[in-house]
Amino acid sequence: MINFPALLQAANPQLPPAGDGVFVIFTLIKLVIVFSIYMVSAALLTLAERKISAWIQGRHGPNRVGGRGGWLQPAADGVKSFMKEETYPAAAYKPIFILAPVLAFIPAMTTIAVIPFGAPLPTRWGLIPMIVADLPVGFLFVLAISSLGVYGIVLAGWSSNNKYALLGGLRSSAQMISYEISMGMSTIPVLLLAGNVTLSTIVTQQAYGGWNVVNLTIAFFIFLVAAFAETNRLPFDLPEAESELVAGYHTEYSAMKFSLFPISEYCNMVTASALMVTLFFGGWDVPFTGRDNIGPFSGWLTLLSIVIFLLKTAFFLFFYIWVRWTLPRFRYDQLMSLGWRFMLPLSLAYIVIIATAVLILDSAGIHRGAMYSSILGVLNMALVVIVFAILDRGRIISPAYGRARADQIAKLRAASARSPLSAGAID
Amino acid sequence: MTHDYYPLFYTFNFYFFGVAAIASAIAFVTRKSPVTAALWLVTTMFSLAAIYILLDAQFIGVMQVLVYAGAIMVVFLFVVMLLNLGHPSEIADARGKVPVLAAALIGIALLAEIMTISRTHIEPHFAVAPGYAVDQLKQYGAVGSVARPLFNEYLLAFELTSVLLLVAIAGAVVLGRRKDIDAS
Repeated sequence: MINFPALLQAANPQLPPAGDGVFVIFTLIKLVIVFSIYMVSAALLTLAERKISAWIQGRHGPNRVGGRGGWLQPAADGVKSFMKEETYPAAAYKPIFILAPVLAFIPAMTTIAVIPFGAPLPTRWGLIPMIVADLPVGFLFVLAISSLGVYGIVLAGWSSNNKYALLGGLRSSAQMISYEISMGMSTIPVLLLAGNVTLSTIVTQQAYGGWNVVNLTIAFFIFLVAAFAETNRLPFDLPEAESELVAGYHTEYSAMKFSLFPISEYCNMVTASALMVTLFFGGWDVPFTGRDNIGPFSGWLTLLSIVIFLLKTAFFLFFYIWVRWTLPRFRYDQLMSLGWRFMLPLSLAYIVIIATAVLILDSAGIHRGAMYSSILGVLNMALVVIVFAILDRGRIISPAYGRARADQIAKLRAASARSPLSAGAID
Repeated sequence: MTHDYYPLFYTFNFYFFGVAAIASAIAFVTRKSPVTAALWLVTTMFSLAAIYILLDAQFIGVMQVLVYAGAIMVVFLFVVMLLNLGHPSEIADARGKVPVLAAALIGIALLAEIMTISRTHIEPHFAVAPGYAVDQLKQYGAVGSVARPLFNEYLLAFELTSVLLLVAIAGAVVLGRRKDIDAS
């Protein structure tokens, strides 16, 4: 097993690691900057969502506040949220009703702390890693904290004492637990290749062995779908399905307490996009350049890598919005069947295959590098063909638009004929 | 260990999370509303996770949050929410006097046990050397330091536990498969 952080250190011995005082000061600076960029990008995403949806639907979108572009729309929204009246439903359980938006918001903000966003910055006080907190448990921290995000939604639904809100909360807890498992499982192949759970190691490993999306396409596919479900975005926005549940878990909320739910959704989107970039698209690794992760580092490299990281993340944010305004919503049973009957078995089987491949390659004495990556790449191509072209054929991956069998249609027809409300409504 | 370098920081965090864990545990057993009680239990779990991390058991701390606070308690809440749809003030306390007394006795017994253990002299080969956790963390990483003993020394126990969990899953499936639904 290659010790990547030690390699990184050994490649650049002229830079000693930062001392304690420097660590505290730079962590504070990084906290302020990352938090500001994070919040501003969440605000700008609300504008981007409206602009892109307008573009997809052939409309203009916001074009009044702040000139023709509507650039000040997020600020106007913020002011409106603060000025509006806070309403408390008479039947709501007030302590938890107030606590719920906070519980949704805090986990959404916290997870960005462990994602590396740039090449280390050399300063006269030592090498400053461009990550707020490089925890030894890295990726597991993201999983743990994001699993707490479900509380905000569930408790909002329950404490409102409203049947639509409750149904939204229940759906969300079932959905998030189901897809959390596939999400965790889909990243195990990534962790197997990196040999560690810290996200900075995963980025370094990809600089050596190629981006994981090339070698672990199926893991990326599962992670992408699970990330959509975890953030409650279309096609998985059942907790707030407007056509069925009014507004789902936040039906009874108003003013800023309401706004916290969309804000935490956008924060989750940013984190999920940044995670996809880090786990599968090389993180801040500059594409088409070799070995830029082992130094010598410079301020320009740091700046370039941060810009690259932001661009990659922005692409996935656009992808989120693009999908939302393109695909229809899943039905609830389709959602559950996709999660439990397809994605979970697939990710488990994939772990076994990749673990076997890594074991064989390691015991055959092939070191991480071009040879290793190309063998994995060939294996990956074979697996992609098997899963998407042979196993799938519109049956297991796509229960949403897979055609119903004749006996299923007959059953539905019989049920509708028995129903006193609608005779032959299925036709 | 951590407290060699930052004694004040360590002490503050230990007492902060320790008091939080105990206070929320007391709130957990005294609340009438099951949902509020469950939330206090989540707070207890979270504070315990923080104490694990202070002990350099980072992996166990994160797993505590991921498994207990993030998964088990959510499922628990899921059930409790459906049982308890009224206003919390309308819910009567279902607990009788005998169970409360029994629980208090068990609690006192456990407390006495902890007091006794903390005063006993522990044989050196049972105790872990100071700085052992940090060394393991540096050498094998957060996951490796747990995985190595788990899959080498304690492999049999690990496999037996997994069979036990499998039995539990099979039991849940059997209970969940109701005959009258299958028949229709």
